[in-house]
Amino acid sequence: MTMSTKASQSSHSRRAFGSCFGVALCALTLLNCSKKTDAMTSAALPASGAASAAPAAGKPFTVGFIYVGSKSDYGYNQAHAEGAKSLAALPGVKIREEENVPETLDVQKTMESMIKLDGATVLFPTSFGYFDPHILKMAEKYPDVTFLHCGGLYDPAKHPKNVGSYFGYIDEAEYVAGIVAGMTTKTNKLGFVAAKPIPQVLRNINSYELGAKSVNPKATLSVIFTGDWSLPVKEAEAANSLIDQGADVLTAHVDSPKVVIETAEHRGVFSTGYHANQSALAPKGYLTGAEWNWEVVYKDYVAKIQAGKPWEHLVRGGFKEGFVKMSPYGAAVSDAAKAKADEAKAKFTDGSLTVYTGPLKDNTGKEVIAAGAMQGQRDIALESMNYLVDGVKGSVH
Amino acid sequence: MPSPAGAVVKAPSAPATHGARAPGPGYWKTLEPIAISLGAVCVAMLLFGVFLAIDGLNPLDVYAEMFRGAFGTWFSFQNTLQRAAPLMLTALCTALPAQLGLVVIGGEGALVVGGVAAAVIGLALHDSGPYVILTGMLLAGAIMGGLWIGLVGVLRAYRGVNETISSLLLAYIAIALMNHLVEGPLRDPLSLNKPATRHIGDANMLGPIPGMDVHWGLVYGIVACIFAYVLMKRTVFGFAAAMTGGNLRAALLSGLRVRRLMVLTCFMAGAAAGVAGMVEVAAVHGRANASLVAGYGYAGILVAFVARQNPLGVLPVAILLGGIGASGGLLQRNFNLPDASVNVLQGILFMVILASETLYGRLDVWKFARRAAAAKASTAGAVA
Repeated sequence: MTMSTKASQSSHSRRAFGSCFGVALCALTLLNCSKKTDAMTSAALPASGAASAAPAAGKPFTVGFIYVGSKSDYGYNQAHAEGAKSLAALPGVKIREEENVPETLDVQKTMESMIKLDGATVLFPTSFGYFDPHILKMAEKYPDVTFLHCGGLYDPAKHPKNVGSYFGYIDEAEYVAGIVAGMTTKTNKLGFVAAKPIPQVLRNINSYELGAKSVNPKATLSVIFTGDWSLPVKEAEAANSLIDQGADVLTAHVDSPKVVIETAEHRGVFSTGYHANQSALAPKGYLTGAEWNWEVVYKDYVAKIQAGKPWEHLVRGGFKEGFVKMSPYGAAVSDAAKAKADEAKAKFTDGSLTVYTGPLKDNTGKEVIAAGAMQGQRDIALESMNYLVDGVKGSVH
Repeated sequence: MPSPAGAVVKAPSAPATHGARAPGPGYWKTLEPIAISLGAVCVAMLLFGVFLAIDGLNPLDVYAEMFRGAFGTWFSFQNTLQRAAPLMLTALCTALPAQLGLVVIGGEGALVVGGVAAAVIGLALHDSGPYVILTGMLLAGAIMGGLWIGLVGVLRAYRGVNETISSLLLAYIAIALMNHLVEGPLRDPLSLNKPATRHIGDANMLGPIPGMDVHWGLVYGIVACIFAYVLMKRTVFGFAAAMTGGNLRAALLSGLRVRRLMVLTCFMAGAAAGVAGMVEVAAVHGRANASLVAGYGYAGILVAFVARQNPLGVLPVAILLGGIGASGGLLQRNFNLPDASVNVLQGILFMVILASETLYGRLDVWKFARRAAAAKASTAGAVA
């Protein structure tokens, strides 16, 4: 109260401040506007200079990466940043990275800024929410720039030709992690901290439980939805609550599983990771984890575009294509668990294992896949999943 | 802007401090805020320069690049203005109630409910023409945002509930409500992995200002700030508000309808933030979803305080903050600085600007010259 009274008083006594500062700033910016042509040409100069300096490599190939959070978040963004780093090592490729860019006009401006000020010709705006409307709008405005988005949302009927989308079937890796969790648990209770009950997340939860049940029929999985992608305090509360209920292996599907993994380690229970390798956070309890392997996707895209070859607009893959991988097994993983997990991984790689096979019931007793039916990795029905399988404790509503 | 001398005489809201400070020659009154603000910016750049030098970077290179990113090209300048637009509106959500001595920090909530209401009305009117739809959305956003913060005003005026806490808590409720609505009753069944309402239709979107790549939200923001300035500094309503903010007891004793003032001002504050939400839906996303929660409401608090709660001061501060945002990306991309370095700069800059407030009235070199002259004259008079 005192603060505001003081503030409002001072605003009266110095009412001239705003307008005068405003005038000064306007003058300053007008000055810039009149200089804009100079600035633009001088900005363009170093690029052309660099091009002539390196004739052998041809045009400098600038690739822009945009992350919604911190690129060292032990999660979603770090997984992408690791892929970006692998590109930086390639000859003739220059990468530009910007982190903590929200899914608003900010990301459109960041894309434009990378195109106009950095000369980027390929952009990887990595957050799911960047696609519609932000990437679509920029792609129409800059038809010579290639926009590659993580999420698998490309629709050839609706979307511009310079847009591509990729995603991985990481639920295969969750299934394998579930096997390790099911073999390791002593209480037969597993815990999952999840952001939102949307198809991508539900698929991971269900695959984890199906993996665990495939080796340990008694294993149940309790789920807590926090409601958003990055709520560290709620994630810690959820992790503690799951441990209090007896869960002795925890995992998470949020932007960064860091808090959940650390809480599990602190409380002396096991954990499996997601997105990136979190073993450094939990040297004792980290069993394994479902990780992205974006390096494969990025190198492939960039090699094709750089060579002027056609590239696929929609790329998806699992273990077979190398899009996903497992964190190295932790010390607590038994040899039996390793064998079971490796066996499942091998079957995914040769395509002989399908996670969603009938008869499959959801946790309300309703049959979701009939006996004898099978929904393979690429089945469109899985894209709109809205149930939790039998054995999962939780609700999608 | 009236002549500086006239401001003291004409403006009824001029508090006593104005008279207490010896009025210098007119031009110093104009020069003082410019000199102090520019001085503050220079000091902040010096301090951040040390930070950059420790990091092994040449501060001059970094500043040149930041300038290029914020103002140096037509694209950069538009980028800056675009980022400033929502902040102008959300800053008013804090600056308007501040005239009454209220600290409202829940602009984020008003923005979110304003955006959702705008989307709902936009979808309900989908058979009408774009102008009807956009007008309806604007009104819906303003009214819903206004009611949201108006509720804060009602709770404060009639129940004595602390407006800072209630507005902050209502922001969380607003976000939860929005999540519930876009994940439930209002959900577009096709928005699988990013729950959202249906799209209002490309033809009904709020376009850019002609000749610019900046949406109309900028115009809304500037108009709202000017309106708020005139209302608060040039009308009886504003005088009553200033009086309430200056001394609540005196305002009550002079028969001002303080409660009504509080509720109305809070309504207008919320309406400004609600319009910011409407612009996000109508000009950017085309639908309401979690992207509305982008922190514009909270950044607005910062803008309002740095602008010393002056509605016109909000404009340059929002542009400054927009410029830092626009150039912040280049710091990351060209110098490999972490995103947090932008926050460091922002923090240093605003702390220095706020600290520089203590210098007002203390740098008047003419005052000392005048005093000396007056002393000389009186001595001369005594001698004569």
